[in-house]
Amino acid sequence: MTRRAVARAFVYLSLIVAAVVVLLPLGAVLLTSLKSSQEMSDDSGALTMPKDFLYFHNYVTAFQDGRMLSAFGNTAIILLVAIAGTVLIGSMAAYAIDRFTFRLKKLVVALFLIAALVPGVTTQVATFQIVNSFGMFDTLWAPIALYMGTDIVSIYIFLQFVRSIPISLDESARLDGANAFTIYRKIIFPLLRPAIATVVIVKGITVYNDFYIPFLYMPSEDLGVISTSLFRFRGPFGAHWETISAGAVLVILPTLIVFLLLQRFIYNGFMRGATK
Amino acid sequence: MTDTTEKAAFRAAARDGAAVPQPPPAPRRARLWRGLTPWLFLIAPLALLIIFTYAPIANMVAYSFTDWDGVSPELHYTGTGNYTELFTREDLFQVFFVSGYYLVASAVQIAAALYFATILSFNVRFRNFFKGVLFFPYLINGVAIGFVFLYFFQDGGTLDTVLGLFGYHSDHAWLGTSTSANVSLAGVSVWRYMGLNFVLFLGAIQSIPGELYEASELDGANRWHQFRYIIAPGIKPVLSLTVILSISGSLSVFEIPYIMTGGATGTETFVIQTVKLAFQFNKTGLASAAAVVLLLIILAVTWLQRRLVPDDRVDLV
Repeated sequence: MTRRAVARAFVYLSLIVAAVVVLLPLGAVLLTSLKSSQEMSDDSGALTMPKDFLYFHNYVTAFQDGRMLSAFGNTAIILLVAIAGTVLIGSMAAYAIDRFTFRLKKLVVALFLIAALVPGVTTQVATFQIVNSFGMFDTLWAPIALYMGTDIVSIYIFLQFVRSIPISLDESARLDGANAFTIYRKIIFPLLRPAIATVVIVKGITVYNDFYIPFLYMPSEDLGVISTSLFRFRGPFGAHWETISAGAVLVILPTLIVFLLLQRFIYNGFMRGATK
Repeated sequence: MTDTTEKAAFRAAARDGAAVPQPPPAPRRARLWRGLTPWLFLIAPLALLIIFTYAPIANMVAYSFTDWDGVSPELHYTGTGNYTELFTREDLFQVFFVSGYYLVASAVQIAAALYFATILSFNVRFRNFFKGVLFFPYLINGVAIGFVFLYFFQDGGTLDTVLGLFGYHSDHAWLGTSTSANVSLAGVSVWRYMGLNFVLFLGAIQSIPGELYEASELDGANRWHQFRYIIAPGIKPVLSLTVILSISGSLSVFEIPYIMTGGATGTETFVIQTVKLAFQFNKTGLASAAAVVLLLIILAVTWLQRRLVPDDRVDLV
């Protein structure tokens, strides 16, 4: 009995320690973002409480001088177009692969399979030349095209779902005179709703957080997205940790809200995405 | 469907000795159309796949045998010169040792994820809260994480403050020396990615039928026995997948060190070096060779895993 009690205590203790390890760095940044530069120069340490919990001056500075508004705008455009494209392309590919038999099908599947193993980071050296030759360098089209074109995980998620839709639905529609396009549009696509939700969430978070591709392909300052705009805080705000912290909090906040609202979908989405 | 019924009608007509009508040309066109249909759906996905994945790989392999700088119209074929340079120049080879820090960190990460997944799969108070807290770092923007931890490790930052609370006052510059900086950065990477491993393990553990635990308890098994004989075998596929992801992840670390230190003080990783070679020093040929080497290593590791741990999952088709 006592041994059990000790074990229980240890379990809770380890959970609390883990929670502190996760939350403490974030909490320190949140506290810092609410301090005035006066307070910062007092050098009171990272974990002291700000004098005024409603001091939002740093947020205004970060938002205006850090060009966060245009960053959120650019990110929103990229998100919308890239996700719509991914959903369309992924579901079409999944439909074709699951519902048709055709020559070279094995080869097509193998192409998608092998591509999933290639880390995108490695191939950028040569992808850059291709993106450049399309004239997409330093436009919003570069990240959009790359997010749409290199997303194998979404195709897997759709494939799992298409497979679970009974084929008798297609057959009865075919008897009613529907062709393959009508079946995709009227039957398969609407039934894919849960898969679409999963892909939108997983892809949305991935795109929102991506740093490498926008950093590489959109050096112009007015094409900043969330990540690259925040990254540029290093220069002008070099030692102004209160402003940098406010910027970081502004970036983390939308993620936190989405996570709290859609927890269950997010867990399932990332699980399905990773264990393809 | 229509095709066969028409044929049947046609045959029936022929059998009945009626005047054989000319077969309408529609069926053949329909068959051609049906053969084309899947390709109409696949054309966009395949085009994107080839343009943005396979063409770059092919080009990369081609560039790796040249001294191209990525800009000028002229390039020279150098054979395997880039590859020999990569493996013989010590400063280029150095970056592989940095991956070692991340590999060790991955082992710590997997152990921690496994531990938390196991205890949170049993009944614990505030389970959802802890699950959320452990997973959330995985969802945070990498640049924000970089800044959070730059603040964490700086002089008089979060870490020094916390150590001060325990009466330990250090003047240690956490990102100042190579070893300390790499350990710090690898720690950040554990902080960031443990949540994903944890959720994967948790999902695998929760898909184990509950009766097994009840039955084992009747047989007098304790928690350790349950972990050893029920949970461990149940999560083997996910575990091997996680190991692969960790190895390829350790080799392709980029974001956190690039954002936090820019690769200074010996924290340069393989990918940071490749990116710098390609886009700062215009050594596209050498960078391509480096990328090809990394790609081959990752493919080899994956292939090994497939051979060693054949999974019984249903294949795609």
